[in-house]
Amino acid sequence: MSETPIKEVKLPPIRNGTVIDHITCGQALNVMKILKVNYSNIDSSISIGMHVVSTKGDRWKDIIKIEDRELDAKTVDKIALIAPDATISIIRDYYVAEKYQVCLEDHVVGLARCSNPNCITNRGEPVAPEFTVVGRHPPQLRCCYCDRLLTNIPDNLL
Amino acid sequence: MDLYDKDVVSIRDLTKAQIEEILDFSETMIPYALGEKRSRALDGKILGNLFFEPSTRTKLSFESAALRLGCDVIDVSEMSMTSIAKGETLADTIKMVDAYCDLIVLRHPYEGAARLAAKFSENPVINAGDGAGSHPTQTLLDLFTMREAKGSLEGLNVALVGDLKYGRTVHSLADALTMFGAKLTLVAPDSLQMPEDTVSHLKEKGCNPVKTDRLEDIISDADVLYVTRIQRERFPDPAEYNKVAGTYRIDNAILREARSDMIVMHPLPRVGEIAPEVDSTTHARYFKQAFNGVPVRMALLCSILGGELE
Repeated sequence: MSETPIKEVKLPPIRNGTVIDHITCGQALNVMKILKVNYSNIDSSISIGMHVVSTKGDRWKDIIKIEDRELDAKTVDKIALIAPDATISIIRDYYVAEKYQVCLEDHVVGLARCSNPNCITNRGEPVAPEFTVVGRHPPQLRCCYCDRLLTNIPDNLL
Repeated sequence: MDLYDKDVVSIRDLTKAQIEEILDFSETMIPYALGEKRSRALDGKILGNLFFEPSTRTKLSFESAALRLGCDVIDVSEMSMTSIAKGETLADTIKMVDAYCDLIVLRHPYEGAARLAAKFSENPVINAGDGAGSHPTQTLLDLFTMREAKGSLEGLNVALVGDLKYGRTVHSLADALTMFGAKLTLVAPDSLQMPEDTVSHLKEKGCNPVKTDRLEDIISDADVLYVTRIQRERFPDPAEYNKVAGTYRIDNAILREARSDMIVMHPLPRVGEIAPEVDSTTHARYFKQAFNGVPVRMALLCSILGGELE
């Protein structure tokens, strides 16, 4: 019996939506948290590739394809905090209408809470948490108020 | 000095040159702090002294510093006596107090409180300790005390002993000593060692502190022994406090290993870390250190409020 090789399709193409590629390996599920999608609030398909071979930079990456959704700037800025090399491709009718890399600014305001429970920003004061970016690979943030390093960024995203 | 109208929230807000200028100016202030000379350099100014956490030395020395320069003082010393007890935010309290005075001194239990106050206050803010965070004026008076005893801060061999995790004075002090090229030894049990990100910051600035839990191994090399209290109030779990309480006790027996000109400092209050018998030795500097809070804070108030000595 002759064997026909099966064509490997890791993630199917999408017609309309967003491809988040070059996500730092291991961060796909944290990006999903940022996207705030769950069974009750989405009607389109999502494909997630984890530990996929990368053609640039690191050897492994994660990738997410989400149909019928384009991301707002705040969501993209949050993704930059955990996946600073991620690229965002906006797909319209199977074509890449727009593609850009996320950008981790030097100063981050209102995207994450301080991980120090005794920081004044966690005490109901009328201020947005603010951080200075002190490292980029991986991202490291220092609180502008209590001066502590933010530990566990994914769990402290707002 | 270019400190006029500036906030002093962290020792990192000051350059080495500014610190040296404050220390020089503090020396000039000594006869005024002792009441031997009189000054009305800050006549007509009002200091708002907000202490939302217990304090004896810091609060009284700020008051004394202000009064010695003719500056009036309004104060709050208990959170339960303010609108904060009714749920008012610190931001609102600061905006209100800001309208009543020319400079705010703030002690607060939460880290970053002084930075927040500086953001909401038009007038300058001095951080008098925010939780386990910074205490820059304590650092300035510590440096002043070391320089007074040793003649210079450059290259001093300083051992920081005790609670290096929660003790706010040691973080600011280690930062500042690094600017002066000090050699630091961190003496603490593992559970109270200096936080890794503070140590990394020191390393970035060129200091490579040595960590140990054995005071007896390093005491003979120290120029300064800076002892801190293990702070019961910062421990989330009392059992953890009981494990480490009383780990280090400085007495005359251990001081026999020290150099004759080695000085013992402590930000006070002490709770058994230094035996009373040490008080009468030439090593003891902690009460002089507490006095030095007055001239140093006078220098700072005068610089920030633009006062001029007659």
